[in-house]
Amino acid sequence: MTTLPDRPADARKLGLVIDLDVCVGCHACVVNCKEWNTGSDYGAALSDQDPYGPDVSGAWLNRVHSFEVIPEGGEIVGEAGEARIVHFPKSCLHCDDAPCVTVCPTGASYKRAEDGIVLVDEQKCIGCGLCAWACPYGAREMDLAAGVMKKCTLCIDRIYNETFEEADRVPACVRTCPANARHFGDLNDPASAVAVMVAERGGIDLMPEQGTRPVNKYLPPRPRKPLAAAAAEPDTGGATGFFAWLDGVLDRF
Amino acid sequence: MHPAASIIVFTTFSGLGYGLAAILGLGLVDPSSVAVKAAYVASLGLIGLGLLSSTLHLGNPQRAWRALSQWRSSWLSREGVMAFATFVPLLWSGFAAVVEGRIAFVAGALGALLAAVTVYCTAMIYASLRSVEAWHTRLTPLCYLLFAAAGGALAAAFAAVAAGQPARPLLVLALALLVAAWTAKAFWRRRLARPGQGSTPETATGLGAIGRVRLFERPHSTENYLTREMGFRVARKHAAKLARLALLLGGIAPALALLAALAAGGGALAAALLGLALLSHVLGMLTERWLFFAEARHAVMNYYGG
Repeated sequence: MTTLPDRPADARKLGLVIDLDVCVGCHACVVNCKEWNTGSDYGAALSDQDPYGPDVSGAWLNRVHSFEVIPEGGEIVGEAGEARIVHFPKSCLHCDDAPCVTVCPTGASYKRAEDGIVLVDEQKCIGCGLCAWACPYGAREMDLAAGVMKKCTLCIDRIYNETFEEADRVPACVRTCPANARHFGDLNDPASAVAVMVAERGGIDLMPEQGTRPVNKYLPPRPRKPLAAAAAEPDTGGATGFFAWLDGVLDRF
Repeated sequence: MHPAASIIVFTTFSGLGYGLAAILGLGLVDPSSVAVKAAYVASLGLIGLGLLSSTLHLGNPQRAWRALSQWRSSWLSREGVMAFATFVPLLWSGFAAVVEGRIAFVAGALGALLAAVTVYCTAMIYASLRSVEAWHTRLTPLCYLLFAAAGGALAAAFAAVAAGQPARPLLVLALALLVAAWTAKAFWRRRLARPGQGSTPETATGLGAIGRVRLFERPHSTENYLTREMGFRVARKHAAKLARLALLLGGIAPALALLAALAAGGGALAAALLGLALLSHVLGMLTERWLFFAEARHAVMNYYGG
């Protein structure tokens, strides 16, 4: 059923927290996501078209974009400047008001009542592509070989898999991240590690104006000192003892 | 948005078919002559052609029947259900007109009502998407409805004049609907040209608090499903030219032909002129529909620097 489920206020909201201050843009999460979801039994394998040719393309459920942010009044001088690069991993945000679910004509697209994960029942999907149009985040990609829509399952075949070690019962992207920029948990439990992180760092929603109420949260990059501060004359006024003496001696030369 | 041929053909021809069926259903044309009977058949043919075309872009068309199940939330599903429901009165009034040569008014009027609802559902598939700001307006269904009605009235007027029937009210109606449709479209385009109220790279990344956001590097060097499907862009100078061409072919030329037919008061020449006008209108509508997709920017392009 593609109407959204009525969920109690305390229902679990499984999702990801992505730390933009930590992500180094290595694409390991992208590759491990592709690998897991191509080998997994959950749904059709993620196909590639022209995989060894010049026009390679394929279905991926997680992609890392890189952005340049130029602060208000920031200087750009040649290659050095106050612009900073932010690596930006993007996958399904498992929205509370998921527009991809309600537009689905067949009932293939659905949001689970028990944990809020948004999934596609590939046996019902006709591959019309309307859900991908409805998603403002580009979280859904058509698998051109299977003719069905693919999306992040939050690794539903890992997180509930009791044959796995406890540490492995997290999405593949979270497990593989070498920088620990990705975190998984119940965003609706204020005591969970992810909820605490969001509260402490001021986690944000992407495109709140779209009214989708995403579950996944992004932790903004921490502020940096302005470039001018780093280039300024270092202040040695606080030196004491030997260093104060050395400072005085060197000043006299 | 990528202007897929199957969807352009579908919305243009099913719109014209429903418009023609609605005008015929209202009993404005006498179905005793062959030209009008042909129009009844043509309206159903256009609707069928459009619906068939809409299944061409599906990844798994063999499961298309499932699309009738989610009418509670999905405008696409509602459209499918309404399309099937509309066939019942339209086939009934069509049978009465073509075989018995009479107007089945109740079936025809019901068919006209359901045809309007179906076209409204088609338009709402697009208008309901907040992710495509250009479409997300009440003007979208208004344009779809008026264009369908104008095309239908023009086609019905052509059939009536070809059948040698007095068609002055129908010609005036077609003219009025054409003017109304292109006026609505002018408002739609004015809204499109307005600076966006929607999402930006700053809101898309949440980095707006730091400063201005610019794409530094795409996630991949080649195209993907998203950039092919949502990343289609038409150069602004071409868009302006095509918009003028659409208005000329779909609005001005048919309007002039309708005025000429009104002045002539009927005859073979007027019929030929209206036939050409209908052809011109269809070409204009195909251009307009192409632009409807090609000019619309999807919110996801905020992540792709487009």
